Amino acid sequence: MKLAYWMYAGPAHIGTLRIASSFKNVHAIMHAPLGDDYFNVMRSMLERERDFTPVTASIVDRNVLARGSQEKVVDNIVRKDGEENPDLIVLTPTCTSSILQEDLANFVDRAQMDAKGDVMLADVNHYRYNELQAADRTLHQIVKFYLEKAQKKGELPQRKTEKPSVNIIGISTLGFHNQHDCTELKRLMADLGIEVNEVIPEGASVHNLKNLPKAWFNLVPYRELGLATAGYLEEQFGMSYVDITPMGVVETARCIRKIQQLINAQGAEVDYEEFIKEQTLYVSQAAWFSRSIDCQNLTGKKAVVFGDNTHAAAITKILAREMGIHVVLAGTYCKYDADWFREQVSEYCDEVLISDDNAAIGDAIARLEPSAIFGTQMERHVGKRLDIPCGVIASPIHIQNFPIGYKPFCGYEGTNQITDLIYNSFTLGMEDHLLEIFGGHDTKEVITKGISADSDLNWNKEAQAELNKVPGFVRGKVKRNTEKFARERGFSVITLEVMYAAKEAVGA
Amino acid sequence: MTALQEPTALQFECETGNYHTFCPISCVAWLYQKIEDSFFLVIGTKTCGYFLQNAMGVMIFAEPRYAMAELEEGDISAQLNDYEELKRLCLQIKRDRNPSVIVWIGTCTTEIIKMDLEGLAPKLESEIGIPIVTARANGLDYAFTQGEDTVLAAMAHKCPQSVKAEEEKEERNAIHKLLNFGRKKEDIKQEESEYVDHPPLVLFGSLPDPVVTNLTLELKKQGVKISGWLPSKRYTELPVIDEGYFVSGVNPFLSRTATTLMRRRKCKLIGAPFPIGPDGTRAWIEKICSVFGIQPQGLEEREAKIWESLEDYLQLIRGKSVFFMGDNLLEVSLARFLIRCGMTCHEIGIPYMDKRYQQAELAFLEKTCQEMGVPIPKIVEKPDNYNQIQRIYELKPDLVITGMAHANPLEARGINTKWSVEFTFAQIHGFTNARDILELATRPLRRNNNLKELGWEKLVREEANV
Repeated sequence: MKLAYWMYAGPAHIGTLRIASSFKNVHAIMHAPLGDDYFNVMRSMLERERDFTPVTASIVDRNVLARGSQEKVVDNIVRKDGEENPDLIVLTPTCTSSILQEDLANFVDRAQMDAKGDVMLADVNHYRYNELQAADRTLHQIVKFYLEKAQKKGELPQRKTEKPSVNIIGISTLGFHNQHDCTELKRLMADLGIEVNEVIPEGASVHNLKNLPKAWFNLVPYRELGLATAGYLEEQFGMSYVDITPMGVVETARCIRKIQQLINAQGAEVDYEEFIKEQTLYVSQAAWFSRSIDCQNLTGKKAVVFGDNTHAAAITKILAREMGIHVVLAGTYCKYDADWFREQVSEYCDEVLISDDNAAIGDAIARLEPSAIFGTQMERHVGKRLDIPCGVIASPIHIQNFPIGYKPFCGYEGTNQITDLIYNSFTLGMEDHLLEIFGGHDTKEVITKGISADSDLNWNKEAQAELNKVPGFVRGKVKRNTEKFARERGFSVITLEVMYAAKEAVGA
Repeated sequence: MTALQEPTALQFECETGNYHTFCPISCVAWLYQKIEDSFFLVIGTKTCGYFLQNAMGVMIFAEPRYAMAELEEGDISAQLNDYEELKRLCLQIKRDRNPSVIVWIGTCTTEIIKMDLEGLAPKLESEIGIPIVTARANGLDYAFTQGEDTVLAAMAHKCPQSVKAEEEKEERNAIHKLLNFGRKKEDIKQEESEYVDHPPLVLFGSLPDPVVTNLTLELKKQGVKISGWLPSKRYTELPVIDEGYFVSGVNPFLSRTATTLMRRRKCKLIGAPFPIGPDGTRAWIEKICSVFGIQPQGLEEREAKIWESLEDYLQLIRGKSVFFMGDNLLEVSLARFLIRCGMTCHEIGIPYMDKRYQQAELAFLEKTCQEMGVPIPKIVEKPDNYNQIQRIYELKPDLVITGMAHANPLEARGINTKWSVEFTFAQIHGFTNARDILELATRPLRRNNNLKELGWEKLVREEANV
């Protein structure tokens, strides 16, 4: 058992549902108790979805516990097939059904006999995979299912498209700024003269999956979702893929060069260098920004980055390489893919943190006292408590992170958006300090090095008065350092003497 | 009355139970705030945790006194010892938060793997020195607000009994003498005289403190004294419940608690309509008074005054129709109030209908329909959301009270909706809060009135409207 207040990645079935409901006309049926259909609320709320989320539950209740689901799951599948005529119904196991160990595969086989659409059991083990891994697996499973089906029927396309073309793999519902990224990537492909063959899973129809092999190559913008599918397509159809996330000026260029290499190898004759140069120097504002005096002021400022692999790695590189910001810590909650993350960021930051324990991250931030945090909604709240500004760069997120306005993170427009996000976080921090220097109010409680621990030290009157004379913007730091000093040396009361001793110890 | 042509008795139906509602573990969100010295430990999986963190939104960051004991594969396959694991976590909670009670919330998973929480609790309780209350608030058996019911039923067992009369007298007198030099006794007597002499009355149901005060004062005006509330502000202040005490519920979803109080604590249940809306509040007070043989004073005027003050809102909804999809068990009381406000109601969806516990409320609903001359609504237990949506398309109600999963899609199809969960969290009890209910119920109508001129009603393409 683990004591947990918060989790970064959701349970496995959420990943499966994200894939299923991203496709057009695919319905998911969860084998779950009442109340587990919370996914529908999230999709309806966060994405402000106009249509009913195509997810229903085949309810596991007391009777199911006693006698098994029996006909219930099969009936529910067949009923849904009749009501909505989906192309595919994905039976989705949950934590509850994992332990019941019912033969869901058998239900699927039986339901398939009566259903007009296809029926499939999502192959995800709740206790082994999280939301992101499950999403990756489910997408792979669906793609494989339809390609094998097409192969059997002899419906696979025999030729590549005439012009260079791409499949964009991994855009999904409830993904962080996925809709905007998708638009931006399509634009980028259009600028490069590349046709977009298919985008999956968002908005795709399962009938079109058989066309995937027509593309010249696959683009997987996010590390977490789509690699299994791209790997499968490479293995089966020899399709190469680009898995460089085009996020930030340098990485976008790297991604484009890789694309150039792949399509030139297949007979295209393209040279994107001029395009990259034009975009970098004159279209995207990010390169100019890093040269401007605004960005000069950010030189050497400390930042902490935390998020999923894709975003945390990309933002770390942008901060360190493109803006000269000192990344004191970069971290990810994708523990299952930690090696990749380390390899990506270790040269750009002092310290790497791999953890899905929010308290560990909170404590690290409190200890490092960065000028800004780039993290998830959780880190934003840590920042609030510690008075450190935070830019949100990754899931978990809430409704504010589903903006209506165009805010991609990928491609050249993405570099502009990210620049704004980073710069605004830092300036807000500076304004805050200025306010405090010029007689701002200060009644804030001071925290210790760990944000969950209580301060057990008493300040006597004189020391407290002295502390209050310290300018607001460094007061927290002075207090923390003094308390740390006192704790290490076993003082229980902080007097003026202790305070000065601490100051000297730090100065020395 | 024309009611004779309409169905004269309530019709009950039961559908498939394929409906959307919150998991009953959500009760920790309001109960941990209500019971200030408690800590709620939800023993479940990532799924439960994910639900809580998303459903509770921002609340989770205010240092909540609840957490997940997240079960791992080793717990499921019993490679780890449940007792040792729970002990480790509870000691951690004791060290970090030092609560007066730890409430274990059993979930679907503990139910399926048959983790004997009720058996483990007493042992661990004596070992770590903190009371442990066990509630099985799981989605296999219950819906949403019924979670509170399971917790309160478990707490009912923990309510103290009064100490033997003589011992208590001496003890109290000693303290009184010490503190007040015996003066206080007269004050108490004087205060007592404001109340009619009646057997002790304990109310059950978790309500925000202002509402508690409000209802307490409402009964005080009639000379009825409330001896205690289940739950109280602190676990250490749980009310004394002795055999023969009278109890009354303030919410419609508390049937297990009511049963426990009657069967285990030998209390007498005052079955009344619930104090939701001015009509409900009045009926509730009248019923309590009638049990104690009190002639209620000034209630009729009080109710009339409240109705008068609601007139601006009533104008908006009079003659309009409402449809309850059902998810929190407040539906019957709310429908009864809205019908009294002049609305019509076709269907009351409800997760679970305890006809005995809600008897008085159901009778009141029937009576209200007859008096208002509107057809009696159909009560659909364990509704089927898909079927309901087809019925909504047919009936085109002016307002649908529904969960968040359906609200936006219905709005996009030009149907006014109100998110039902808000009724659970808003203050809706008593005379004073009637306005709040209407504030909620009329909000979509007021908003959509504002947008009327724009012609933006249906925002989905026709073909999407399957």
